Amino acid sequence: MIRFDNVAKRYATGHEGLSGVNLHLAPGEMAFLTGHSGAGKSTLLKLIGLLERATRGQVWVNGRNLNKLKSRDIPYHRREVGMIFQDHRLLHDRTVFDNIALPLVVAGMGHAEVKRRVRAALDKVSLLKKEKVFPITLSGGEQQRVGIARALVSRPPVLLADEPTGNLDPELSREIMELFLQFNQVGVTLLVATHDVELISSFGKRIVNLRDGRVADDSGGPA
Amino acid sequence: MARRAKSTKFRRNRNPVTWLLRHAQMSLSSLGRLSRNPISTAMTAAVIGIALALPSGLHLLVDNVSQLSSTWDGSASISLFLSEGVSDEQADIVRKQVALRADIAETRLIDRDQALEEFRRLSGFGEAIDLLDQNPLPAVVLVRPQNSVQSADAVAALARELQAYREIELAQLDLQWVERLGAITNTIERAVIILAALLAGAVLLIVGNTIRLEIQNRHDEIEVVKLVGGTDAFIRRPFLYEGIWYGLLGAAIGLLLVLSSLYLLDGPVQRLAGLYESDFALAVIDPASLLGVLFGGPLLGLAGAWLAVGRHLAQIQPE
Repeated sequence: MIRFDNVAKRYATGHEGLSGVNLHLAPGEMAFLTGHSGAGKSTLLKLIGLLERATRGQVWVNGRNLNKLKSRDIPYHRREVGMIFQDHRLLHDRTVFDNIALPLVVAGMGHAEVKRRVRAALDKVSLLKKEKVFPITLSGGEQQRVGIARALVSRPPVLLADEPTGNLDPELSREIMELFLQFNQVGVTLLVATHDVELISSFGKRIVNLRDGRVADDSGGPA
Repeated sequence: MARRAKSTKFRRNRNPVTWLLRHAQMSLSSLGRLSRNPISTAMTAAVIGIALALPSGLHLLVDNVSQLSSTWDGSASISLFLSEGVSDEQADIVRKQVALRADIAETRLIDRDQALEEFRRLSGFGEAIDLLDQNPLPAVVLVRPQNSVQSADAVAALARELQAYREIELAQLDLQWVERLGAITNTIERAVIILAALLAGAVLLIVGNTIRLEIQNRHDEIEVVKLVGGTDAFIRRPFLYEGIWYGLLGAAIGLLLVLSSLYLLDGPVQRLAGLYESDFALAVIDPASLLGVLFGGPLLGLAGAWLAVGRHLAQIQPE
């Protein structure tokens, strides 16, 4: 589902975000991405969501070589990759419902179908009663759940999360992670970047450790 | 695994009905967004309105003036003022002589009594005239040259020939002021075109700048929409519609300004025309300028929005 072949990313500033990463995630697989800040976790996720392009090597997602994807195809690619951020990136002038509906609206889905899907997504993150409120009135954990609902509402085959629990206390963090485990059980491919090694070690999932832009350790990688 | 054979084409929604529906929704929601800031919207639209009203109002004015001058049919007439001692009978003979010339199409004699009568009626000096014991006015023969005598020079040459007649004191060309008026209106017309072009540029800049600010205000929203897979067209659309709405509102205000100016000018113009013994009336706005403003406004708005969107949307990329 996700494949990195000797991928490097050098920024215009000269900073090397990734240098020669090989990584393969099978469909339906879930992996945690760990490493110090600056180790390249965010860069790796950005390459998958095409927020950045690789300077060397090839990135494959869902059978497509992202290097060969034209700019005008990027939006369609992003509809297949749900992205979750540490700072949620919610729109504060729109209700929870409208925030979650956004991916469906941009894809041109009909009103009735949008309503049905948003309700289903709200139900998954246990926020059904909050659909009419504005995100600012929600707690940090609830806002993150809105962000998650937005990422999964269009049922993308791939979900990426960049430090989704970065601002949450341990209990909420565990709740969020368990939510991800549930999605994985229904076949979604997940890649979650986090520095919370203690928390994730209890889940028994694959852990990929990055150091200085390279894969230093991979609990489920090819031998 | 990732290289397994599968279609790498993305599914795109190409259903024309949903496409139209989305455009309709988008245009209405853009209008709704504008109506939430009524004061700033009204101010922008008013600036556009004034910019559109100026050239179209001037164009209307020039149009009216050139209509006024074209009632002379483009053909010049020559007034032959006869010498003082010439009697009415002699005057008619002069008229007949002149009428025999091949280059004259039409003649009309205004004898001394008629001239007096006309002067009394039009000049407002009727009572003063009555005090005179004799008619001070000469008889006049109005002459219209053949259409073959068209150029100003030819008409002027004809006038000089006629002036050589013994009974004719003065052959006055009525062409001159018509020509001058024509030249003036031509000049003004050209100026109006230049002004219109400049103001169209101003409208472009106004709308462009307004949309640019709007894009800046909605920076976060644009970023998020790009993150969740919104196409450039999808992101562009509300801004383009905003430009169109600004243009349309501006056009409506512009027309309103022109029409109310016409209304305010109508009374004075009628009085003026009455004084000149003319049934001239201000023409209402012609269909061409009406359509020009109604379509030109939104078109300029769209173009201005497109300029801003093209320059600034690409700069916003999610990180």
